[in-house]
Formats: sequence, C-alpha cells, structure tokens
Amino acid sequence: MSDVIVDRPTVSDSAPLPPAGLHRPRLPRWAPAVVAALAVAAGVGIGLGAGLSSRAQWGLIAAILFVAVMYAAAARVEGLRQAKDRLATSLVWVCFLLAVVPLVSLLWETIARGIKVLDGAFLSHSMAGVLTIQPGGGVYHAIIGTLEQVGIATAIAAPIGLLTAIYLVEYGRGRLAKVVTFFVDVMTGIPSIVAGLFILSLWIIMLDFSYSGFAGSMALAILMMPVVVRSTEEMLKLVPNELREASLALGVPKWRTILKVVLPTAIGGITTGLMLAIARIAGESAPIVLLVFGSQVINNDPFEGAQSSLPYYIYEQWANGNDASYDRAWAAALVLIAFVMILNLVARAIARWKAPKTGR
Amino acid sequence: MDISPTSATSPPPRPTRAATRAGDRIFLALSRGSGVLLLVIMAAIAVFLTVRAANAISEDEGNFLTTFAWDPNSAHPTFGIAVLAFGTVVSSVIAMAIAVPIAVGIALFVSHYAPRRLASPLAFVIDLLAAVPSIVYGLWGALFLVPHLSGVYSWLDDYFGWTGVFSYSGGPSRSIFTISILLAIMILPIVTSVSREVFLQAPKTQEEAALALGATRWEVIRMSVLPFGRSGVISASMLGLGRALGETMAVATVLSPGFVINASLLEPGGGTFAQNIASSFKESGELGKDALIASGLVLFALTLLVNGAARMIISRRKEYTA
Amino acid sequence: MAKRIDVGGLNAYYGGHKAIEDISMTVEPRSVTAFIGPSGCGKSTFLRTLNRMHEVTPGGRVEGKVLLDDEDLYGHGVDPVSVRRTIGMVFQRPNPFPTMSIYDNVAAGLRLNGRVRKSELDTIVEKSLKGANLWKEVKDRLNKPGAGLSGGQQQRLCIARAIAVEPQVLLMDEPCSALDPISTLAIEDLMGDLKERFTIVIVTHNMQQAARVSDRTAFFNLAGVGQPGKLVEIDETARIFSNPSVQATEDYISGRFG
Repeated sequence: MSDVIVDRPTVSDSAPLPPAGLHRPRLPRWAPAVVAALAVAAGVGIGLGAGLSSRAQWGLIAAILFVAVMYAAAARVEGLRQAKDRLATSLVWVCFLLAVVPLVSLLWETIARGIKVLDGAFLSHSMAGVLTIQPGGGVYHAIIGTLEQVGIATAIAAPIGLLTAIYLVEYGRGRLAKVVTFFVDVMTGIPSIVAGLFILSLWIIMLDFSYSGFAGSMALAILMMPVVVRSTEEMLKLVPNELREASLALGVPKWRTILKVVLPTAIGGITTGLMLAIARIAGESAPIVLLVFGSQVINNDPFEGAQSSLPYYIYEQWANGNDASYDRAWAAALVLIAFVMILNLVARAIARWKAPKTGR
Repeated sequence: MDISPTSATSPPPRPTRAATRAGDRIFLALSRGSGVLLLVIMAAIAVFLTVRAANAISEDEGNFLTTFAWDPNSAHPTFGIAVLAFGTVVSSVIAMAIAVPIAVGIALFVSHYAPRRLASPLAFVIDLLAAVPSIVYGLWGALFLVPHLSGVYSWLDDYFGWTGVFSYSGGPSRSIFTISILLAIMILPIVTSVSREVFLQAPKTQEEAALALGATRWEVIRMSVLPFGRSGVISASMLGLGRALGETMAVATVLSPGFVINASLLEPGGGTFAQNIASSFKESGELGKDALIASGLVLFALTLLVNGAARMIISRRKEYTA
Repeated sequence: MAKRIDVGGLNAYYGGHKAIEDISMTVEPRSVTAFIGPSGCGKSTFLRTLNRMHEVTPGGRVEGKVLLDDEDLYGHGVDPVSVRRTIGMVFQRPNPFPTMSIYDNVAAGLRLNGRVRKSELDTIVEKSLKGANLWKEVKDRLNKPGAGLSGGQQQRLCIARAIAVEPQVLLMDEPCSALDPISTLAIEDLMGDLKERFTIVIVTHNMQQAARVSDRTAFFNLAGVGQPGKLVEIDETARIFSNPSVQATEDYISGRFG
C-alpha cells in the first residue's frame, strides 16, 4: 500500500484540471469493514463506560463514529471528491441499518412475545368469562368478526371497484371519467377514522341503527374501493388493445368482449390487487372502534349487535394494561400479521405466475 | 342496420341483436353507475360531516379554533381544536423530517448501492413491511419503543435541554416526539418504495454520461438521479405526510394525551385529531360525537389538501417526462 | 495531448457469458480508428472496456491489459474515475443532462474536478463549443436547457461536454446512428478537426462512414450466435476497403453478410 500513498497528488481538487495520472491513492478494500467494526466496538465501549442505558444510543454513537472516521480517512488519503463519495456511501448504509433495526425489532418482538400464548385453545376460544388479569381466553370471536367484516366489505367494494375501473378504462372518455378519476385519487387519501365518522353520522346518528359488524364493513368498503379501482385500472390498461379489436371485429358485442376477453386476460393482476386491498383493510382498527364497539363474546351475526375484530382486540387487550392481556395482545398481533402476510405473499405469487405476457 | 319490415326471412337475428344492445346498455349503466356511486359517497362524506360539525360548532361555548380544552359533554360544552391541530401537524412534520432523508437513503441503497443479490429481496421486504397493520406498530411502540426511548431522551435533555424543546423530566416517554418517531417508522416503507421506483426509472444514458465524464458514484447520483427523482420524492413524502396526519390507532396507543401544548416535545401531553377521536369516542354523548365529527372534518380537509398537492406534483411530472 | 492505446489479450464477460475474446491491437494517437463488424460482434463492448465503462454494467468483467502510453488501465491502484476522466466518451443517443442549461452541460465535467473561476470556465466552455462546431448556433442561448436542441446539436453538445475536460482519447459509440444525414455530415467533419488534438476511436455500423472518417479500421466478427466476438484484422482503412488480408473482411465489406 505504501507505494500507492507516496504518489498522492497534493490537493488536486483545487486545480481546474488534475494531473493526468490514472493512479490515485485509495483506501484498501477492507477499510470500511474495519472502521465499521471499530466504530461498533467504540460505541459499545462508550455506552458501557458512560452507563448509557439504551442500545439505541450505542448504535447512534457507532454510526456517527463510522461516518466521521470514513470521511476523515478518505479525505486524507483519497482527496475531497472521493471523501464525499465515501460519505454518501456510508450515509446510505447507515440509513439502511437505521431503518432495518426498528423494523426487524418489530417483527422479532411480535413473534417472540406472541408465540408464548398462541396455541389451539387461543385460536378457538373467546374472552367470555375470562377476567382480564387472568391468563387464558382467546381470539376466536375476534377472528370471526374480522372474517365477517372483511368479507362483507369485500362483497360491497369489489364489484363497485371492478365496475368503476371497467368504466374508466373501457368506456371512460369525457368529463365524468375525469371527475371520477380525480375523486378516486382523493378517496385513496381519506384517513380511516374519517370513513368511520362518516358511517357513524349517516348510519348510527342519522338512521339510528345500532353498532354492528355491518356498520364497520361499510366503512372498510369505503377504504377498499379506491384501492380496488386503482389496481384494477392498472391491470386493464395492460391488456393489449389488439385483443379487444380482434374480438370486436368478430362481431362480439362490447360487454361480452369485456367479460370474455379483457377480464380473463387481466384476472391474475386483478386478483392480486383485490387481495392486497383485503390485506390492507383487515388491519384497520379505527373505524371498528367507532362502529363495531367491541365485544368479549362470540357474535356470529354481523348485522346485529357489537362484534370484535383482530385489530380491535389488540387495542383492547393493550388498554387493559396487565401482563396477561399484553401476552394476548402480542399473540393476536402475531395472528393478524400472519394473516396479512399470507394474503400478501399469495397475492404476489399470483401476480408473478399469472402476469399477462407483455414480453417483459 | 336498416332491416326492412317486409323481409320475412330475417326474424332470427333480431332478438339477439336487441339482446346484445340491451346487454351493452345494462353493462354500461352498471359500470357508469358504480363510478357515479363513488362520487355520491365522496359528496355524502363531505355533506354529512359538515352537517354534524355545524351542529357541534353552534353549541360550542368556547372558540372551536382556539380553545385549549375538549369538554363537549358538560352542561357548558367548550371544545377547540388548537391542541389537536398543533399535535397533528407537528408530529407529522417531524415524522416526515425524520423519515424522508432515511427513506431516500434506503431507496438509493436499493436502487444504486446494494449488491444486486441483496437489492430485490430487500425491496420485497420493504413492500411487505408497508402492509403491517398500524395497531401492531402501536403495540410495539407502547410496549417496546417507549421504554427504550427514555435513555435517549435524558441524553437529549443533557445536551439540548436548554432549548426548551428537548427538556425532559424522566417520566414515561409517551410524548409528541415519540409518536413522531413511530410515525416516521410507519411511513418509511411507503416513502421508500415510491422513491425507489422513481430512482430506478432514472435514465441509464444520463448516468453513463456522468460516469464517462469521470464522476464518482455520488456525483452520478447528484447529477442524473436526484434531479430526475426530485418531484417523485416530493410526492412520495406528501403521500407519507397524508398517512401520518390520519394515523389513528398507533398514536392512540402510544401517546399519553392532555389538552395542553408543551414547549417540550419530549413531555407527555398534546394530542392529534385522529387519536382524540378514537380515545374520547366511548365517553362521548350526542354532542360529544358531533364535536369529534367536527374535528374529523378538519382532518379530512387537511389530508385532502396534502394529497391534492401530491397529486398535482405527480401530474406535473408526468407532463414533464412525456 | 493524445496518447496511444495498446490492448493485449483482452477478454470481457457479461456474467458467465464471454462477449469478446483475446483482443490485441494498437490505437495510434492523433488518428481516427474505426471499429466495424456485424451486430453482436462485441465492438461496442470492446469500446467500453477502453475507459472501464464495461464493468459498470451488472455482471460486467474484464481480463487482460489496456495500456495508455504504458500505463495499464486495469493495473493495481488505478482509479476508474480517473480513467474515465482521461478517456472521454460519446454515446449512441445524445444524452445531455436534461435539467442543466447548455452552458452547465459543457461545464459539468470541469465542475466535478474542482472549483474553476467563472472567467476561466467561460473561456473553456466557449472553446469547447467552438471545438464541437456548435458555438455559432447556441452562443445566444447558453442558459437554455440542452434538451431543447435538435438531435444533431445535442450530439455535438455531448461532444463539447466530453472535450471540455481535455481527455487524451475520445471514444464514440455509433455517434451518428440516431441522427439525420445532415447532422451526420456535421459530426463527420468535426471528427476530422478533432483528430488533430485527440486520439479518436469510433464504433460504426456504417461502412461508408468508416471509409470516410477513419485512418485505420478494425474488423470484428463472431463465429456464431452465443460465441464471443473476435478481432479479425486491423489495418490502414484504405487497405481494409481495397485489399483486406482476410476473406471474411472482404465478404463483410462487399455486403455478402452482416
């Protein structure tokens, strides 16, 4: 290495045209790894020495040390431009690690703490007759609630969303289509609690119905519709126009062309979008708090009386504020994450296998 | 088209043609009807929230915009959104300030820095994390993040306590700043994945042009990737901001609310629109619910504004690239 | 300014696929060397190994030596950034930076290499634009975006940008293939001027162009689909086009394949 460092150009950065030499002194390839290891060691050392309680502080110290030392070393050996490049690289890596830590921690905590009470009994029992400070009980009633509410929401939102997307792609020209497109975008941004408030004011305050799973389903449907429209629209746009024209040229009426040619071609992508939308509303808890009210017992009828749901159950158990309830909250969180992740994975698998062959 | 009524040989096609026309008409009516229904729902949301809100505001004995209290259920209902508006805006903006630079870093990491074998699984995992329900973030925030932050907060207090903004007296760290951190973690995946998409679309030819001029990797990114991706990053941030503004359960789980505005971001207290609706709902009477709806209407308007701005930036960008 | 390039035993790969095999040649300074050959013969890949751009493509890998006046571009301790700074490149499609003005496009390379005084920068930008035969057309709108120029002007802007940093060698990868005949002519004329100052290597699909602009011509060929490309021969352009020493070259030039 020493022979490389000798011919270091002296502050070549200020000259308009640096010397034409191709050789530049460079830090050895292992330098970042070694500096990273030293920075971590120093972070732990300082953390222990100063008695800093939180690991987050140790990590921050290590990250700052790593970035600073790499920059200084590169500036000395390689010159300012390279040092800036190194700085960007180290920052990007630090960003990545900084983000990975909480996200991994979230998954880890949920799995590690959730697995404790998660068993067959937990999945097949409700909270009926269980004191909140006791261990035991389960999520059966919440799972029933989630499945029913999400099912009804899908039954409402999927046809409306599909038909709207068909309208926009297959028929939509002119003002109405533009207005609908705009408001679908607007609707995508509605906070879930606002959708809940709307159903509250319409269904419960104005029309004087009582709290029920169905009321929650309507709010979930409002959240789901724009997502379905967007994803279906994207998929229908991928269907090549030649297919439509070929079918129309054979004298097949337009509605049959859409049903028999366009939709089957795009069905994989549409299913994927639908499943992702379901996964998204399955985790919604805000409208449930306002509209379904929560319950400790099994209520199989979504149209009558309070129900529970998985996200609501987690909130409720957390609010109980004791260890037995926390355990149940983590276990329910694990069930919910598993449900959402399975939907996501299956949806993406379908997307991969049934993607329209666009030549990519 | 013109079928002569005298031709006796052509009755069979007639019914089918009528049927297909009817089929087309029904199908068009159904699909257009769905589109119109969406518009009706949007209009209904605005109308119903406004009606209830007007009712609440007319009964308010305080000032709806400036009162530092939420007491709509008493004999003299007084409530105002000042604390909620402050908490909502401040926590979301801080969340964005934390999340956007990190998200841009991760997006660049995935699109330009990570080894190829790592990049696509990483992108996949980030997309999956966007699907984690907010209540789970809330649970994690309350039971894991909060205890871990008090050390960091004492540290901040030691060095920056003199500013007043970061003074901390050592209680549970269920403060506005904590929810900012939690919101930042929550919007990180969505901001990252939108930014990553934009960075990946940056034209390779311009990156090569920069490389061929003797640019380092960072200079290539600064010359050709960031200028191309800037509007995309801005709109991604606005989408993230929209989510942070409306986030309910995670905030309701973590924040220890109170109708005060603390000078220090690290002390408990404060609130957000969505959190206040979820937390006060069950103790609310008729007017109390209307008051919550009124605050929800303000939140609705706020998110419309932010999302509208994001959409405008995106559509301007489309014109620019097309 | 111009330097000689000596290539010895060069192989280039895309992942596991060998794109070019065992190429050795000399590129003379202050002259135009043209690379011709059928599609997929690796002439563009080879060009990109001459300024270490090949390794930027995912999976790109190079073996062998490329000497620039006796200094190996792939030697130990050589910085690819310095290599690319020393050996400029012009691409198939004009690629000015769309967010920069004409002036900033030309100045981009100089600004990378450190702070330059404004007056000095003005001089170099003017000199480079004159060198690329573009000055007269753009001198009144230097602050307008470079993307607003015509295709031929954009390509000359890219040439101005490349020569502004005073490289030793200028590599051109089919610089006229996206241009109309008049713009092509303008760039061919320009090459005649530029070779006074630079070593120029040009890849072209157009044999007439190679015959018009180059002093020496290298013919590349491949044995079959999936086989690596090889250098068949390199010689004076006049000789290649009148009396090549290999039969395949004659077949290609006379239009029998390719």
